[in-house]
Amino acid sequence: MISQFFVLSQRGDNIVFRDYRGEVPKGSAEIFFRKVKFWKEDEEEEAPPVFNVDGVNYIHVKVAGLFFVATTRVNVSPSLVLELLQRIARVIKDYLGILNEDSLRKNFVLVYELLDEVIDFGYPQTTSTEILKSYVFNEPIVVDAARLPTLGPASMFMQGAKRMPGTAVTKSVVATEPGGRKREEIFVDIIEKISVTFSSSGYILTSEIDGTIQMKSYLTGNPEIRLALNEDLGIGKGSASLYDYRSSAGGAVILDDCNFHESVRLDSFDVDRTLALIPPDGEFAVMNYRMTQEFTPPFRVNALIEEAGQLKAEVIIKVRADFATSVTANTITVQMPVPTYTSRVSFELEAGAVGQTTDFKEGAKRLEWCLKKIVGGAEHTLRTKLTFSQESHGNIAREAGPVNLNFTIPMYNASKLQVRYLQIAKKSPSYNPYRWVRYVTQSNSYVARL
Amino acid sequence: MAPPPIVQQKSSSPSQPSGYVFFLPSLSVLLLNRKPLRFLIPSYCLSRKSEVSDLKLQLRQLAGSRAPGADDSKRDLFKRVISYMTVGIDVSAAFSEMVMCSATSDIVLKKMCYLYVGNYARCHPDLALLTINFLQKDCRDVDPMIRGLALRSLCSLRVPNLVEYLVSPLSSGLEDGSPYVRMVAVLGVLKLYHISATTCFDSDFPASLKNLMLTDSDAQVVANCLFVLQEIWNLEANKSEEANRERETLLSKQTIYYLLNRIKEFNEWAQCLILELISKYIPSDSNDIFDIMNLLEDRLQHANGAVVLATIKVFLHLTMSMTDVHQQVYERLKAPLLTLVGSGSSEQSYAVLSHLHLLVMRAPMLFSSDYKHFYCQFSDPSYIKKLKLEMLTAIANESNTYEIVTELCEYAGNVDVPIARESIRAVGKIALQQYDVNAIVDRLLQFLEMEKDYVTAETLVLVKDLLRKYPQWSHDCIAVVGNISSKNVQEPKAKAALIWMLGEYSKDMPDAPYILENLIENWDDENAAEVRLHLLTAAMKCFLKRPPETQKALGAALAAGVADSHQDVHDRALLYYRLLQYDVSVAERVVNPPKQAVSVFADLQSSEVKDRIFDEFNTLSVVYQKPSYMFTDKEHRGPFEFSEEIGNLSLDQESMDNAPRFDESDKDLLLSTSEREENGGPSINGAATPGYSAPHDYNSSLVPLSSQTQSEPAVTSRTSFAIDDLLGLSMLAAPAPPSLKLNSKAALDPGTFQRKWGQLGVSISQEIPISPQGVGSLTTPQALIRHMQANSIHCIASGGQSPNFKFFLFAQKDDGSASFFLVECIVNTSSAKAQVKVKADDASASEAFFALFQSALSKFGM
Repeated sequence: MISQFFVLSQRGDNIVFRDYRGEVPKGSAEIFFRKVKFWKEDEEEEAPPVFNVDGVNYIHVKVAGLFFVATTRVNVSPSLVLELLQRIARVIKDYLGILNEDSLRKNFVLVYELLDEVIDFGYPQTTSTEILKSYVFNEPIVVDAARLPTLGPASMFMQGAKRMPGTAVTKSVVATEPGGRKREEIFVDIIEKISVTFSSSGYILTSEIDGTIQMKSYLTGNPEIRLALNEDLGIGKGSASLYDYRSSAGGAVILDDCNFHESVRLDSFDVDRTLALIPPDGEFAVMNYRMTQEFTPPFRVNALIEEAGQLKAEVIIKVRADFATSVTANTITVQMPVPTYTSRVSFELEAGAVGQTTDFKEGAKRLEWCLKKIVGGAEHTLRTKLTFSQESHGNIAREAGPVNLNFTIPMYNASKLQVRYLQIAKKSPSYNPYRWVRYVTQSNSYVARL
Repeated sequence: MAPPPIVQQKSSSPSQPSGYVFFLPSLSVLLLNRKPLRFLIPSYCLSRKSEVSDLKLQLRQLAGSRAPGADDSKRDLFKRVISYMTVGIDVSAAFSEMVMCSATSDIVLKKMCYLYVGNYARCHPDLALLTINFLQKDCRDVDPMIRGLALRSLCSLRVPNLVEYLVSPLSSGLEDGSPYVRMVAVLGVLKLYHISATTCFDSDFPASLKNLMLTDSDAQVVANCLFVLQEIWNLEANKSEEANRERETLLSKQTIYYLLNRIKEFNEWAQCLILELISKYIPSDSNDIFDIMNLLEDRLQHANGAVVLATIKVFLHLTMSMTDVHQQVYERLKAPLLTLVGSGSSEQSYAVLSHLHLLVMRAPMLFSSDYKHFYCQFSDPSYIKKLKLEMLTAIANESNTYEIVTELCEYAGNVDVPIARESIRAVGKIALQQYDVNAIVDRLLQFLEMEKDYVTAETLVLVKDLLRKYPQWSHDCIAVVGNISSKNVQEPKAKAALIWMLGEYSKDMPDAPYILENLIENWDDENAAEVRLHLLTAAMKCFLKRPPETQKALGAALAAGVADSHQDVHDRALLYYRLLQYDVSVAERVVNPPKQAVSVFADLQSSEVKDRIFDEFNTLSVVYQKPSYMFTDKEHRGPFEFSEEIGNLSLDQESMDNAPRFDESDKDLLLSTSEREENGGPSINGAATPGYSAPHDYNSSLVPLSSQTQSEPAVTSRTSFAIDDLLGLSMLAAPAPPSLKLNSKAALDPGTFQRKWGQLGVSISQEIPISPQGVGSLTTPQALIRHMQANSIHCIASGGQSPNFKFFLFAQKDDGSASFFLVECIVNTSSAKAQVKVKADDASASEAFFALFQSALSKFGM
């Protein structure tokens, strides 16, 4: 099984290093880091998560800009190790509230304590924050969330934290509040990553939603919870045929497939689409789902590139928000590669534009257009004039694009999957914990071709 | 850089971190920046030394202290020690002080101390003795937590001469009332086994574990017992019959059902390992199979990808002999796998996608309607995009090719250059595997119009391959290719492809001789030998078609070639020169023979290798796309190599034939893949076989072929190997003395063999290389045995497991003399070498026999 586990910073220094079996030579962390850093440097390729150097298998995940690495000589299941690494990161985050280099460095003794219980002699023992609580004695040293430096896009976890207001989700599962007592609360997040590809004429070529219902419970006494989803929720292609003549937006929600956390009981799921569970401490995914059923994409994107005289071209990008006016999308970034021989760029924002910036990334030959927010129903246009250093040959549209969008839309979900209610088994009449249900939609791959 | 500051706030409480936070970065910066380090070493060592001795001093002062707050100070000091340990600084000098400080009731302190001790005990066995006392005492503590921790640390010391102290705490640990302690004790047995196997067996621990596994109420204790027994019996299996039997019992119906019925009690990680065990189980009948599958059905809905993959492995292996159910399994597992690809991090997706890739490659037909799922997404890292491109290539068929190729063409203009290249190659591969390539050829030709260097380069290589398969397209292609300026083509592969086309189609390209002339003028600037070789051949071809225009250029090329410093270029130039000198019409037959279109390009991997990878589903083999013997040494192949262990050297082959092999039944089901492969084999042979019967024909078809194949090692390296070997072989086989013939029906009983082997001396002992095809085919000894038998060399005994196989073979002269040759042949597939020892009744004939043997072996796998 696993021989060593270690966490490396972005610069490659050991933050935590645990050798479980003594089968792999000591220099492994350095070997790993060099290999990752210089992986086909000329082609700018990223190192794959699993590789072998001199008979040692290095398996890693990147979380919050850190490398979580396991080494082994055994022909293990790669999935098992990758899932385990991801889970270790999550357990640490449960404990520390925030997972980053600073919090790890401050709490490395606690992390060692966790690692001792999570893995013994290379075999995974438990990754349940709940069970670990009774074995772990160090108190987490909480890092101030407000002083956090912004991290790279690699950190799914931090993205998660960013969209949550206040301290809620960056709160440790074990640390007690300054007041000495914990607030009874539970968070349920419906997070959807959407992928849409528009053809040059604006048709939707492919679309998919990968969603997850995440839960983080701070309830004491482990009460049972019932989570009710849309009553007419359909699952699997078989059920889709029943609704074949539904309109694309108004009908029932049909998921292609879904999976569940092991604590979830599906006794009444077939009857009333209710999930029952006793949530363990810490953050976990109650349910993951995938949907390829047609849905209304939140943004319509139109992009056009046209030659405008010798050595000149014009680019027009239009973005229209196809959602209710009560919803606002945040931090939208529009990117578009332009022909490599582009030498100069001049941007023309629409009149009265607020909170919009433009940039030409000279090295990557890419236009970048950032919008602080887009209100539902609004449409924004960017005109750009390009100047070329040489004449374009033939079809200019083939030399540019595609346009890519990045965005986050709080309180919106494209699939229309809803949590109808969140019921907590009552311990006493006065017991009324806080329940937070939120929806977030993020772009995964939102592309418009030219 | 200044030496790390000395910590002053010694009295701070554990919740307020002190100096160590500042230490870590400064030290790690020192460790990381290689250059400044060289200058800093002296001062740095000094400060580190004084740091450690300072630590020692402080620890000593605190050791006996009962003062309030002493524990807090200790915590700080311990943290500093461990932070040094983490960044790789040796703090073992403080060992005795650390042990002195360990007498405490503070559990956090205890844990840090255990961590420290575990890390350094092995290098300081004498000091480790100091810890035994307090660890043993802690093993009897009232708190089960302390008992467990102490026992774990005690077993982790890894000091051989301390094993005597382990036995009694372990025995009582296994019977402890607390499941936590039992859990720790079970793994402690494994640790003990690795330090001293004899102590472990003498204390009869495996038997206790077996008992515990079947009776304990705690699931994790049961799981740990299973891990430990599996590891121990796997390692012991080669040494003793009993271990082998014990290993079998783990796979008995009784054990398997016991675990299956409790499966939901186990946590997800234990479930994975149990499922892995179940995938090795051989069911008694189809009811058995359906029972297991029904029981595990809901595991496919688990959010943990590892559980799902382990379940899928069980399903796939159980249904191997039931064609239609097997196919249903494929259908059933599609949706959960696709969901997993979308739900986790990209690393997790990669592991799942690798498995999906394997399944797609085995049964592309079954996935042909799911092609949209394999479109690349903007956010996919390149390692995922590559897999997806390969899958799209594999599942392209009449119904979806148009969509897939359209999508791939979008990627060709991608900013991500490696992916753009891969996409173009993918389009080319699809073209090569389709019947109707009309539209694809058009697309490829459009690529050439994009005028991006790398696009042009990749496309040229493809157009060349395409023309070899579909000569009928030459007209359209040549028109476009003729317009490309050779100045814009710099990559050797692409240049070689362009030159090949110029030579091959010089009749249809008016400028061909002049372009070639131009290129030959710049001979000295051409760095790649590959390109120069092609220039020679192209000049020859062009000359034979359009002599007056090319004569001058050919002369220049031959002159430059003969003077070339590269051996192959030199030799080829000389060969052409002499051919022309001898007879131009013969040269024409050699260089420009009528060509057969290549029907199928050879597959890169043999079907045996693919089957092997499939057997190792849900392991790293799938991610690496290599069977485990290619990247792991035997001792570490671990619990996953369970079923098909072959005894050391068995005389009966029955047992091996009974071993579960899945290839055959699987082929019936997955016809589409195997068909392709079967087509692949014969076509190469087909091209080459005429040469065997008619020598002059043989040469004429082979020389230009080999010159073509050298230009695309990436796509068809198999073909070029095969042909190169054939070439080499023809040289070898031709001079072999025909005098030695072997008796194809020779017989020898093992007793006589053994006697003769003992009596005769070694007449030849030599190491010979094995072709890559041979290595690929040698997944079981049987393959080679059959092959050698076809060459009248018979096997009397064989055994081993990849990468090492051992064969005892014999052959008999076919002259009625009853003169035998005996051979011991040890094949190592990872080094692709065979160690051969020959003993002969008639030692004078052994050279001739060895030549025969070598040539037979070199043909293996083709």
